[in-house]
Amino acid sequence: MTRTLHTFHGGLHLPEHKTESNARPIAVAPVPRVLVIPVQQHIGQPAKPLVQVGERVLKGQMIAQAEGYVSVPVHASSSGTVLAIEERPVPHPSGLSALCVIIETDGEDEAVNFVPMPDWLKEDPSHLRNRVREAGIVGLGGAGFPAYVKLNPGPRTVVDTLVINGAECEPYITADDRLMRERADEVIGGVRIMIHALQARSCVIAVEDNKPEAFVALEEALKRSGRSDIELVQVPTRYPTGGEKQLIKVVTGKEVPSAGLPIAIGVVVQNVATAAAVYRAIEKGEPLISRIVTVTGGAVATPHNLEVRIGTPVADLIEFAGGLKSEPERLVLGGPMMGITLQSRDVPITKTSGCVLAPVARELGERGATRACIRCGACAEACPVSLLPQQLYWHARAKDFDKAQDYKLFDCIECGCCAYVCPSNLPLVQFFRFAKTSVWAQEREKKKADRARERHEFRQARIEAEKAEREARLKKKAAPESGSAASPDDAKKAAIQAALERAKAKKAAAAAGGDSEQ
Amino acid sequence: MLTAIVVFTLLAAAFGLLLGFAAVRFRVESDPIVEKIDAMLPQTQCGQCGFAGCRPYAEAIAAGEADINKCPPGGEAVVMALADLLGRDPQPLDGEAKPKMVAVIDENTCIGCTLCLQACPVDAILGAAKQMHTVIESECTGCELCVSPCPVDCIRMEPVREDIATWKWPYPVIKVAPAKVPEA
Repeated sequence: MTRTLHTFHGGLHLPEHKTESNARPIAVAPVPRVLVIPVQQHIGQPAKPLVQVGERVLKGQMIAQAEGYVSVPVHASSSGTVLAIEERPVPHPSGLSALCVIIETDGEDEAVNFVPMPDWLKEDPSHLRNRVREAGIVGLGGAGFPAYVKLNPGPRTVVDTLVINGAECEPYITADDRLMRERADEVIGGVRIMIHALQARSCVIAVEDNKPEAFVALEEALKRSGRSDIELVQVPTRYPTGGEKQLIKVVTGKEVPSAGLPIAIGVVVQNVATAAAVYRAIEKGEPLISRIVTVTGGAVATPHNLEVRIGTPVADLIEFAGGLKSEPERLVLGGPMMGITLQSRDVPITKTSGCVLAPVARELGERGATRACIRCGACAEACPVSLLPQQLYWHARAKDFDKAQDYKLFDCIECGCCAYVCPSNLPLVQFFRFAKTSVWAQEREKKKADRARERHEFRQARIEAEKAEREARLKKKAAPESGSAASPDDAKKAAIQAALERAKAKKAAAAAGGDSEQ
Repeated sequence: MLTAIVVFTLLAAAFGLLLGFAAVRFRVESDPIVEKIDAMLPQTQCGQCGFAGCRPYAEAIAAGEADINKCPPGGEAVVMALADLLGRDPQPLDGEAKPKMVAVIDENTCIGCTLCLQACPVDAILGAAKQMHTVIESECTGCELCVSPCPVDCIRMEPVREDIATWKWPYPVIKVAPAKVPEA
């Protein structure tokens, strides 16, 4: 049976730049001297540190525990001593700092005892989910959503199709490509575990057709596993096929509703690297403490992929990869379309960093001067979500966020296709990101204002109640000895007078004492 | 003729009863416009508008007794929203829009006098007589009402720190290059 593939609206054929880094095998990066491990490397609540400064930690030891439902723990990626638990710059477009556990490694790389779960096929899906959570696994495709949450479809929800995302559509990045080529068995193993965890009816692994070697490797691994129910398809290379909703459209022909999740149409998407991490967590008991990162770009001496410990500073990683041969135009974490420009090389590699890109000026292309929008509509043609970026741009620019939301601002996946094709070189995605974060800020302020109002009203009510109570008490006291209603006040006045006189006498005495001493 | 009169009388009576019932059953407690205005105000309860809190200001606006530009914490956004709601002309803000602040008590200097507790409109200061006080940061509205009552000047206002969760992408500053004019 061959699956009928579909297409999504828009998208682009970009210069791939994959051959620079995909010919060399994955190298294992050494343990850096210092690991900087952020407690939040996922979408959701940050994890809470469990270790103390000065404590010795082992590889694979949990150093921060999950807080809340959408959260996962963080583990030490090598053995060593906790140097500090403090704010350090983390990979984020703001360049701001966040809480990190800093570990000085001892080079011994001593690990905790990993407990595998070999009989996973007999385990209840909830046990598998818990194990995936305990292993700190997040979506390794880039967004970093806790994987176990996606493995929990909820009661009475049938997962029709599990889609395994091996598209890796962004230029330059080849981490998944190399992983599929070299560790296809791990990927297939993880896929089998996830099928069981989700009780999925069917499963499709989708690989873009610019990665034939990876496709063959997976095909062979599938044959070895003897699982004929897992389908493997080649999808046409087009950016952003690797977007969750775009891949679902290509593979199933179904569209995820606006503001909805794939599970609404019975689909769950997981990345191939996530599958490999799940395999390691279940079959070997290893938590997520390393990932494959592509180090590439015109300024890199030997572009290739490395298996890197989470928490390795970018500067160390570049050195491990063989260094730079020229000064890059800038340093990008992620791909050229969706990556973020790093403001510091001290930031660590996190669970979601798939690529370090060090391009030289000519690679970035000549980006001409920004001109006014000419309403050509090229952006709308390129948009893979069928939005109208031009309309969104006008409203975001005018800070009319309600209107922008009417045009489905929050369905924008920030893929950058619109800005790429814009003949006026408008930074469209920046406007949309500005609008999105502004809306979130407004919502936070509204929430805060509502709580302040509630507290203020409660306070007013309390003060009123206290006043009424006091009056009632006074009345009650005054009632039996009618005629001397002023007596409580008089008594109080007398007491104050007495206290004042006492104080005066004391002062006078002190003054007299002071005088006599002189 | 008679039937028509009877029918219309009955109809009138029926609708009258219905309206009367509705007026009692679905009575609106307060002016809904006040609620709407109040919902737009930032609820700092700071009194910079000259009223004793956000709700009194909302009531004054609704009654037409106050201008819509008296809320510095709300800034221009609130002026615009109010102008939009009430159909009035937007006015320049009366006062200066300041960055969001939070009160911080210097706990070494605090003498535990409870004066700031009484001043705080949202019960965001924790403490008791002769016990050290502290500000519950998440509940502080930055109204500054606690600063002046403090007899030992141990309360200062600090700008709210930006972190990754609250960070906003800056408004893109673009220089639009003028189109080239063909030489004549």
